[in-house]
Amino acid sequence: MSYTLMFYESQDDFAARTDPERQKEYLAGWTHYVHALREAGIVVFGSGLHAPDKAATMKRRGGELAVQDGPFAETKEQLGGIFVIDVPDLDTALEWAARGPVDTVEVRENLPALK
Amino acid sequence: MRMDAHPNAHRIIEQTASEAYGRLLSYLAVHWRDLQAVEDALGDAFVAALETWPKVGIPDKPEAWLVTAARRRLIDRARRSRVSASALPTLLALSEEAQRLASAGADLPDERLRMMFLCTHPDIDPAMRTPLMLQTVLGVDAARIASAFIVKPATMGQRLTRAKAKIRAQRLTFEPTDAEEMPARLDAVLEAVYAAYGSGWDEAGPADSPGRSLTKEAIELGRLLVRFVPGEPEAHGLLALMLHCEARLPARHDDEGNYVPLSEQDGARWDAERMQEAERHLHAASQHGRLGRFQLMAAIQSVHAQRLRTGRTEWGAIAQLYEGLVQLQPTLGALVGRAAAVAEAYDAHRGLELLEAIPAAAVASYQPYWALAGHLYKRLHRDDEARTAYSRAIGLSTDMSVRRFLSRQAAML
Repeated sequence: MSYTLMFYESQDDFAARTDPERQKEYLAGWTHYVHALREAGIVVFGSGLHAPDKAATMKRRGGELAVQDGPFAETKEQLGGIFVIDVPDLDTALEWAARGPVDTVEVRENLPALK
Repeated sequence: MRMDAHPNAHRIIEQTASEAYGRLLSYLAVHWRDLQAVEDALGDAFVAALETWPKVGIPDKPEAWLVTAARRRLIDRARRSRVSASALPTLLALSEEAQRLASAGADLPDERLRMMFLCTHPDIDPAMRTPLMLQTVLGVDAARIASAFIVKPATMGQRLTRAKAKIRAQRLTFEPTDAEEMPARLDAVLEAVYAAYGSGWDEAGPADSPGRSLTKEAIELGRLLVRFVPGEPEAHGLLALMLHCEARLPARHDDEGNYVPLSEQDGARWDAERMQEAERHLHAASQHGRLGRFQLMAAIQSVHAQRLRTGRTEWGAIAQLYEGLVQLQPTLGALVGRAAAVAEAYDAHRGLELLEAIPAAAVASYQPYWALAGHLYKRLHRDDEARTAYSRAIGLSTDMSVRRFLSRQAAML
C-alpha cells in the first residue's frame, strides 16, 4: 500500500532553514530521518518544499481565474515536504510519521493510478 | 445556573466512575456477554446518575444503584430488539443479586480477572488484547489508546468494536476451562499488560518506546493481577519490572529536559518507594522457585538499582541474566540487551559480535539496535560506522530528547 506523509512546519521551522545558527541542526534532523526511511527500503518518492511565501496559488472564483501570492490558506503550520512510502498498512505509515522531525504530519493513503 | 441540592454528587460520580468502572463493567459483562451493550448501558447509567444524584442525593450503595440502572437499560434494549426471551431471566437474576448484595452490605464480586482472561482469549487478535483490556478493565477511552499505540482513532474504534462483536458472536469464554490451558492463558494476560507498559525501556541504552503514555495504567493492571493471582511468580515479576522502570522516571531527564541514559542517571533521583515495592514483589516471586522471563527482566532492573547502594553496576550479573532471558525467549529486546551487557561486562568486540549476529531484516526499523550499534562502534573507534548507525537511530526515534541525546553522541565523534 502506498501512503503520503505530509510534513507541516511552523514559521519558526521555515526560518530555521535559512538561519545560519540553526540551519545545520534543522537539516540534520531531516538527513537522519531520510536515511532511516531509505535504509528501510520503503521510499517511493520524497521532496522538501520551498517556504510558502514563495508559493503561487491559482484560484478560480465564479469561473474567473485569479493568481495570488503565497499559500492556499494562511495557517500557522504549512506544508513543508512530502514522502510517498510503500508500507503494509496505515499503522506502519503512522509509525514512520511519528519519527519525522516535525510536530505535525498528516498521513493519507494514495489512490491507485488512473488507467 | 442550576442549583444542586447535593453539590458533592458530581465528585462522587466521577470518583465512582474512575474507581469502579472496570469492576462494574466486568460484573455486568460476566452475566451479559454483549460487551458493547453493557458498555452502552453502563454509560447511560452514569449519565442517569449525573441527572438524578444531584437532585435526590447520593444513594447508599452507589455501585448497586448503577448496576440496577444499567440492568434496566439492558432489559429495555433486549425487549426492543427482541434478542431472545431467554435473556431476560439472566438480567432479572443479575439485578436481584445486585440488590441482595447491596442490602447485605456486601460488595459486588470483582470479576476483573475474568475480564482480563476474556480480553486475551486466543481467538482475539494479539494486537487488540491490550487495547481491549485498557478499555474494559480501566475505562481508558479509545482515543487515548489510539494515540498511545500510534493508530488512527477511527481504526482503533473499529477494531475494538470488531473484537467485542467476535466475543459475542463466538461466545468466547472468560476463563480457561481446564487447568492445562491455564499457564498459556495467564501468559497471554501478562503479555498484554506488559505491552501496555511499552517494551524496550532502558534495556539497551537510549531506547524510546511509543507505548509509554500508559505506564500508570499498565502498573494498575499489574497490581490488579498480583491481587488476583498472588501465587503466580510471573505476575509479581512483571509488576516488579514495571515498578523498577517507573522509579527511574524522575531521573530520565535532567532539569533542562535532556535525556539521561540509565548508566549516567543520578540514583538519588530514583523513586525509592517504588524501588522498594519492586523488590518486595521480586522477593515474593522468588519464593515460588519457578523462574520466568518477567522475573528475569525485573532482576536485571534490580541489579541496575543496586548501583545506588554499591556505587557500581554489576554488568557481569546483568549479562548472565540476559543470557537466561535469551534462552527463554530470544526477543529483539533481549538480544540487543544481552549485547549491551556483554559489551559492558567484557569487551565491546564481543558485544558487537552478538549485535551483528542479529539478522539485518529484523532490525531495519528497530531503534535500540542502532543506538547500541552507534555506541559500540564509537567505543571501537570505527567512526564512520558509528556515524551511520547513530544517524539511523536518530531517524528511527520518536522521542525528541532521545534524538537530541543521540545527536550529541554522534557530534562527539
